[in-house]
Amino acid sequence: MAVQAHEAGRPHWTARRRLSAALWRRPWLRATSLLVPPLGWMVVFYLAALAVLFVSAFWSLDSFTGKITHTWTWANFDTIFSDPTYRQIALRTIWMAAAVTATDAVIAFPFAYFMARLANPRLRTVLFVLVLLPLWSSYLARIYAWRLILNHDGALNWTLGKLGLPTQGWAFTNTAMWIVFSYIWLPFMILPIYAALERIPDSYLEASRDLGAHGWTTFRRVILPLALPGIVAGSIFTFSLTLGDYITPSLVGNVDFIGNVIYRNVLGLSNNLPFAAAYAMVPLVVMALYLAAAKRLGAFEAL
Amino acid sequence: MRRIRRTHVLIAAAAAALCVPASSVGSASDDSPITKVGKTEGSLNLIAWEGYTYKQWVNPFTKKTGCRVHPKYGGSSDEMVTLMRTGQYDAVSASGDASLRLILGKDVRPIDPKLIPGYRNFIPALKSPPHNTVRGVHYGISLQWGPNTLLYNTKKVKPAPKSWSVLYSSKYKGKITVPDNPIQIADAALYLSKAKPSLGIKDPYELTQSQFTASVDLLKKQHPLVKKYWATAGDEIDLFKNGSATIGASWPYQTNTLQAAKAPVKDLIPKEGATGWADTWMISTKAKHPNCAVKWIQWVSTPKVQAQQAIYFGETPANTKACVVMNKLSKGSCAQYHANAPVAYFKSIKFWKTPTKDCGNGQSNCVDYSKWQQAWTDIKS
Repeated sequence: MAVQAHEAGRPHWTARRRLSAALWRRPWLRATSLLVPPLGWMVVFYLAALAVLFVSAFWSLDSFTGKITHTWTWANFDTIFSDPTYRQIALRTIWMAAAVTATDAVIAFPFAYFMARLANPRLRTVLFVLVLLPLWSSYLARIYAWRLILNHDGALNWTLGKLGLPTQGWAFTNTAMWIVFSYIWLPFMILPIYAALERIPDSYLEASRDLGAHGWTTFRRVILPLALPGIVAGSIFTFSLTLGDYITPSLVGNVDFIGNVIYRNVLGLSNNLPFAAAYAMVPLVVMALYLAAAKRLGAFEAL
Repeated sequence: MRRIRRTHVLIAAAAAALCVPASSVGSASDDSPITKVGKTEGSLNLIAWEGYTYKQWVNPFTKKTGCRVHPKYGGSSDEMVTLMRTGQYDAVSASGDASLRLILGKDVRPIDPKLIPGYRNFIPALKSPPHNTVRGVHYGISLQWGPNTLLYNTKKVKPAPKSWSVLYSSKYKGKITVPDNPIQIADAALYLSKAKPSLGIKDPYELTQSQFTASVDLLKKQHPLVKKYWATAGDEIDLFKNGSATIGASWPYQTNTLQAAKAPVKDLIPKEGATGWADTWMISTKAKHPNCAVKWIQWVSTPKVQAQQAIYFGETPANTKACVVMNKLSKGSCAQYHANAPVAYFKSIKFWKTPTKDCGNGQSNCVDYSKWQQAWTDIKS
């Protein structure tokens, strides 16, 4: 009987248990088998894609046949740096990303402060839902909603008219883009600032008060420095998301962003993939510099 | 575990990078002329302008031939050329500014027009037009044509405009909308050919550097006046509906849609004439369903489908027999869409074609299309 029971349990032993025993004995095997799938994914679909992008930025397009020429050339980068048009588009995109980031930081900070330190738990839950609720609806639907609001005969002008105020002509301007971008990315700024503010121990604020600091001094010298990593973390989102967007400019604006130029080079403008790849390097480099600066400010600890 | 060294990652990435370009080669192509129709393949992948594959004439086609139609709408001629080069589509409704590029790129197959019964009744100018027939070889079958019109809000724009000059004057600043399309440079050139005869512009698609620069400068001056460069017909319809724009360059399709919605708009061909499009169905060299594609071209060339599409889209059919059917479907529509207009009307329209270095007069100092595209990015920035 005992032998039979042992025999019955044996296949189980050989298959699963032996494997787990082997893994237990060899930690390196365990680590490798756990890491290979995600690392493989990263290398093939992410790093390799970036590598292809980087390499093809140095190719060129034969304008007559529309075929890619695989010879190394700096021509694409030359165009980007020497042509004022592309410089202007890049600067405009970066400038807008900075403006949106600053706006969101100013709006998000008091909101996050209220959520983290003043609101009671129930109100905090309600506010959380309100911040996250727009993210449940489609990004496109929200942009189109803003078009309806900002239009010549839209909701905003209607309201202004009823109040006897002068109407605005923001539709399809940079102002419209700035408003819509600031609205769309606001939750991504509120949440990291909230996380940073919530982590400040009450004892720090009490200590500050005990040492004779006024409310403003406490804010400036205790709260703000401790919240800064959160603000920088949020700014990574607002800045990079604005930098890479091309749908908002084409729907509510009337000028090109970096993304629009890339889009038209990929699908439309003579299928010039090498130039699109070269131009895509601009936001990549800007973001790399931004992330390096953010790391110094401790943003990654606040994520 | 040892740390994965950075060089390892780079080597792996570079190895992966080298594998990728090799995989994009392949897909058989056939550039021999199509001279007969075989058994249909049951499926058809089309690239078409929005409104060209309406169920009113697609459903009967599928019922008759068994070919299920899968349309993909192209937003611009540039996009259509790019899509066509993927080799995943059987046929395209190419406008004149795309068709030559497709022919030169060996992306489309010649076709014998004898296969298309409706072809016999086409207006003579569209039987072998230069935008789809090269050295006597037909690379496609003409479909429909129409002008790019000047659209305006009758309540806001007074007096009624007569010239394209309204789009370049500050009178309607911030109320103007024009297509987001490099071929718009030709519209500026057409206007300049009348407004500034000293430039000597004969053909708005064959511009020397100085003529080109003058046209681009005009469009740069227009930029601050423009409310929105529209990308799709629906965009422009919205702009006129909500009052953001009151005047702009348009297609008859927008006028029809807006008038059907009781918007106070009218369109016209200004005194300088107009640019226009003449579309051609072309079959891909990589078509997987060439027989269905030929059947489709036969179908859309019949008088009835020609008439249906003309009225639905607001354009002029190539088949002269469509006129009678048009009037049956909607009284007076034949005259409304100029299906019975004299040759002079057709000649007054400068049809889209791809600008090349070749000026058409033996000289090759004209500005080619890649420069047009660059200039357009420049104009809009």
